[in-house]
Amino acid sequence: MSDILRLTDVQVRIAGSHILQGIDFTVPEGGVTALLGRNGVGKTTTLKAILGIVPATGNIEFDGHRIDEAPTHRIVRSGVGYVPEDRDVFASLTVEENLRLAEVPGVQPDYATVHDLFPELRDRRKQRAGTLSGGQQQMVALARVLLGPARLLLVDEPTKGLAPKLVAQVGDVLARVAERTTVLLVEQNLPLVRRIADAAVVIDNGRVVHTSDAASLLGDESLVNSLLGVADASRAGTESTSVEHAARHEPPPSMTATSEIGGTG
Amino acid sequence: MSSLILILVTGVGLGALYFLVASGLSLIYGLMHVLNFAHGAFLTAGAYAAWVAAASLSTLGGWSFPAAVLIGMIVGALIGAAVEFFLIRPLYRRHIEQVLVTVGLGLMGVALITGIWGADPQPFPRPAWTTATTTIGGAAIPNDRFLLIGAAAVLLIGLLLLLKYTRLGLIIRAGVENRTMVQALGIDVRRTFTLVFALGGAAAALGGVLGSVYSGSVSPGQGTALLIYAFIVVVIGGFGSIGGTALAALVVGLVQQLANYYLYSGIGDVSVVLLLAVVLLVRPGGLTGRTA
Repeated sequence: MSDILRLTDVQVRIAGSHILQGIDFTVPEGGVTALLGRNGVGKTTTLKAILGIVPATGNIEFDGHRIDEAPTHRIVRSGVGYVPEDRDVFASLTVEENLRLAEVPGVQPDYATVHDLFPELRDRRKQRAGTLSGGQQQMVALARVLLGPARLLLVDEPTKGLAPKLVAQVGDVLARVAERTTVLLVEQNLPLVRRIADAAVVIDNGRVVHTSDAASLLGDESLVNSLLGVADASRAGTESTSVEHAARHEPPPSMTATSEIGGTG
Repeated sequence: MSSLILILVTGVGLGALYFLVASGLSLIYGLMHVLNFAHGAFLTAGAYAAWVAAASLSTLGGWSFPAAVLIGMIVGALIGAAVEFFLIRPLYRRHIEQVLVTVGLGLMGVALITGIWGADPQPFPRPAWTTATTTIGGAAIPNDRFLLIGAAAVLLIGLLLLLKYTRLGLIIRAGVENRTMVQALGIDVRRTFTLVFALGGAAAALGGVLGSVYSGSVSPGQGTALLIYAFIVVVIGGFGSIGGTALAALVVGLVQQLANYYLYSGIGDVSVVLLLAVVLLVRPGGLTGRTA
């Protein structure tokens, strides 16, 4: 399998902080690659560096072409979609307008897939996105990138703030999306990662400290503990857990609470 | 009663002039977070371009005025686009440098025009119908007020339609909210920045030309004088809101005129500053709740 994304010695400094200190990893074409790590280790910054949202040094190749010098809109037009951590839907625009904005001129938007995955959005197309629930906003954020011909999706904590039932639905959508598009997923919900991820990359202190297939990482409890600072509670029958809760030595969240963690990684 | 009607229509006309200048300023700040102190130079350049064109095109008869207005707006748009492309674009996210550059441009524009045409106001060749009056409720109202109101209404409706129904408008509205995310959807937001600067330059130039019709002359400092009121209008209306800017311009124009007539001649300017202070205290985000 060929690599669709390759990062070599990617470094990011923001306001004097050395956030990424030489990130090296590849993402194979197809399936889901999970980007894991504790809070604040540089996961979100890595996605932003790939998109050119934050200034980075080093070499970033997408589909065999360097993109580290390209402006964000060109990187996106070349086939990289982005679902940000906080959804970042345009609150004052309607659902329909949010989606229209994501259409690529000259390319037929794939509304069939979007409405198939998120039928609710069709009914809410005239509603302002700012009045939607968190789960519905996540649908809009995902739908925006599915309209276009993206070959790689950068998805940042899509289950953050969602109820457990919605977490499962988001997981189902991502699994379906991954059948046709490569997904680089930042996620702290390890049961979800276990369910849908094929490969795993772990970051700590701005560096990659582990790469393997997801199953072998999450199957090794001591490795999960040492790399992520958490026992994968799903293996012990808990529905969901997160890196942060464990890292804080807090009890795992209940089924009624969100299974996400805040993450600025 | 006739005096009140005259004052009200003149206040609305003045508000219309403020809106012509402030609308571009508001969009530019709302989308790009650029405090454009060179906006007054766009206005003055447009006014002088129209003044020169009107003199050169006098053979066109009745068409010379609309042709001069159009040329003034084109010059304003071109200067706006050039300023954004060559001077502002390299300085995005460097706000202090932006302020310095735009302040410098504003000063340079005044100096340049003074150097070419002198510091004295030059009479603007107004069409006769603009100096005639129309009687409403016993008040003889100069037609230039209606010209200003009509132009501002057309601009307001045009901008609202652009924002609501075009892709450019959609990008502007989204960009005012979160321009990074607009880029992350594959949109070249920098091109939109240039277009908005051009649009703002054209609107300011229109304000400059019609302001010259209103005052009867062009002068190097006319942009600087109007820019202060335009900034007040934008702050009161809420940055990035065209509706808020229109409402604020109307209120400022009326307050200024009413205070000047009913309180004390010249106190209108003080009233506007007091109004600004009250709005900032009561609604820091302006009438539409948007903060700088």
